[in-house]
Amino acid sequence: MAMTDPTTRGWFGDFGGRFVPETLMPALFELEAAFRDAWNDPIFRAELDDLLTHYAGRPSPLTTCDRLSEELGVEVVLKREDLNHTGSHKINNVLGQALLARRMGKTRLVAETGAGQHGVATATAAALMGMECIVYMGEVDMARQELNVFRMRLLGAEVTAAASGSRTLKDAVNEAMRHWVAVVEDTHYCLGSVMGPHPYPWMVREFQRVIGDEARTQCLSRLGRLPDVVAACVGGGSNAAGIFSGFADTDAQLVGVEPAGGAAVTRAVPGVVHGSRSFLMQDEHGQVLEAESISAGLDYPGVGPEHSHLAAIGRARYETVTDAEVIEAFQLLSRTEGIIPALEPAHALAWISRARGELAGTLVLLNLSGRGDKDVGQMMGILG
Amino acid sequence: MIGAFETALRSARSADRKVVVPYITGGLGDDWLDAVRAAVDAGADAVEIGIPFSDPVMDGPTIQAASDLALRAGTTPVSVFAQLRHVDVGVPLAVMTYYNIAHHMGLERFASTAVDSGVAGAILPDVPLEESEPWCDVADRVGVETIMLAAPTADDDRLARIVARARGFVYAVGLLGVTGVRDHLAASSLEIAGRLKAITDKPVLVGVGVSTPLQAAEVSTVADGVVVGSAVVQRLLDGEGPTGVGEFIGAVRAALDA
Repeated sequence: MAMTDPTTRGWFGDFGGRFVPETLMPALFELEAAFRDAWNDPIFRAELDDLLTHYAGRPSPLTTCDRLSEELGVEVVLKREDLNHTGSHKINNVLGQALLARRMGKTRLVAETGAGQHGVATATAAALMGMECIVYMGEVDMARQELNVFRMRLLGAEVTAAASGSRTLKDAVNEAMRHWVAVVEDTHYCLGSVMGPHPYPWMVREFQRVIGDEARTQCLSRLGRLPDVVAACVGGGSNAAGIFSGFADTDAQLVGVEPAGGAAVTRAVPGVVHGSRSFLMQDEHGQVLEAESISAGLDYPGVGPEHSHLAAIGRARYETVTDAEVIEAFQLLSRTEGIIPALEPAHALAWISRARGELAGTLVLLNLSGRGDKDVGQMMGILG
Repeated sequence: MIGAFETALRSARSADRKVVVPYITGGLGDDWLDAVRAAVDAGADAVEIGIPFSDPVMDGPTIQAASDLALRAGTTPVSVFAQLRHVDVGVPLAVMTYYNIAHHMGLERFASTAVDSGVAGAILPDVPLEESEPWCDVADRVGVETIMLAAPTADDDRLARIVARARGFVYAVGLLGVTGVRDHLAASSLEIAGRLKAITDKPVLVGVGVSTPLQAAEVSTVADGVVVGSAVVQRLLDGEGPTGVGEFIGAVRAALDA
């Protein structure tokens, strides 16, 4: 099966929808119509392709890993989203949304960010297109990712601390939505993952599917075959949705890897927050729980609705890894391949490393969604 | 069939009385039920009880803070309903919460618990028209009046469809933004109230950004009345207790009656 479009009301099976304050509904209709129109417009597609090629640096390479593969006994290839401009896959989605916002006549972008990668990407696109940019970031995350805070400010964005709740990504989303409710007429909410109300989960996946489409072509041309397993980390799930969409109609096993402290899909309890019905970490009364992970980018109690759907129908499998396993994988890739990964994709590598027995003899495609520069300071504190 | 909530508001209107519906966060302090009673004694026509949720995206800092405090004190949906069961204030009550609370409890159980607790209406601000069917089917059957929000961003066609689905009253969102105290009444409050009054004879109450007795009176020149939330809750956060709530609602009542 392929990863198909959601229903006209934005549902992937039992997951999705538009659970937002009434004030925002007309903006969501407008956005959906604008996206449908743009996505079918060759001029828009050419404009985006041009930016992806000459600004973001696409296509990103596919890298084979001799030393890592030898050490694990599993043939691992990396899709190098870490080499994109701004250092992660986030730029793919942001360039698409910023172009779309401009086409809709919006002059401001508001975004949430966890690790800061989406915030940096949004601030970058805003600078490129001469738009105003406001980024909400949890207070806790601002402290652990201060370099990215500085980057965003350097790029001309206003970074505002989300000081409510757990003061991480979940609360940054709350604040960004509250802000958007007040300024919806001239501002586009540049959501960073395949979550939120329809059309975001679908639109963001479409902007990220370039990862999967490229990787599929590269696997065939460089390796002469498709991978047996496609692995990616999952917070909200945008890099996973992007790479999965290139392989959903193949025999490849799709594996999403969640942090043990933010395992919405693995726990499999449905809920409604931030605009959609999906699996959600919550207590016995329906209060949303705070995720806890070493990686600010995956510190999120929910997950995009299409991932819940892929799990429910058995098309993708979801696994969890611990912070300790992630720290080990972070060092493993650095040591064996000379590539320092972001902590987020290090989760996917941690799972490959743990499952190496099961994976022996297979070809595993790992989406290396971002580079580790932002995490070096934090890891210095942990590893000493 | 017209429910108890709407009936009460319609009879107020027949008596040329503009209505005031205060919002009080359930579980905010040990004496929150006394605050409900004080508001009714001071002239509230109905009361909206907030069931606190961890992620209230439609609420500004005041109600967020109140929700946090109530949750930290151990408030749960079940505890709010259980406490409401022992109250008979003589005016209809509505609960206001977010969809996940009802979704997690089970829509059927949430609705029937509401009815058993003497609650007539429900407001779920993150359930727009397009997602309202599963909840409204249950609510209609069990007898809970679902109060729908109508915002300034909606076109005329959408407003008409919202009004058709609304029970109890139509909650006109006074401005673009979340709940919270504002210095001035937004022009959009009068405008949305006027647009709604032109297409419905259901009661139209304006909430979000109605903060003072004067603002309440001003917007009620067009609307049938007001919902006041943050201004009430702020008094509780400031430690003024049920007395402070009673004084404030009394002042709103006086301004509406003047």
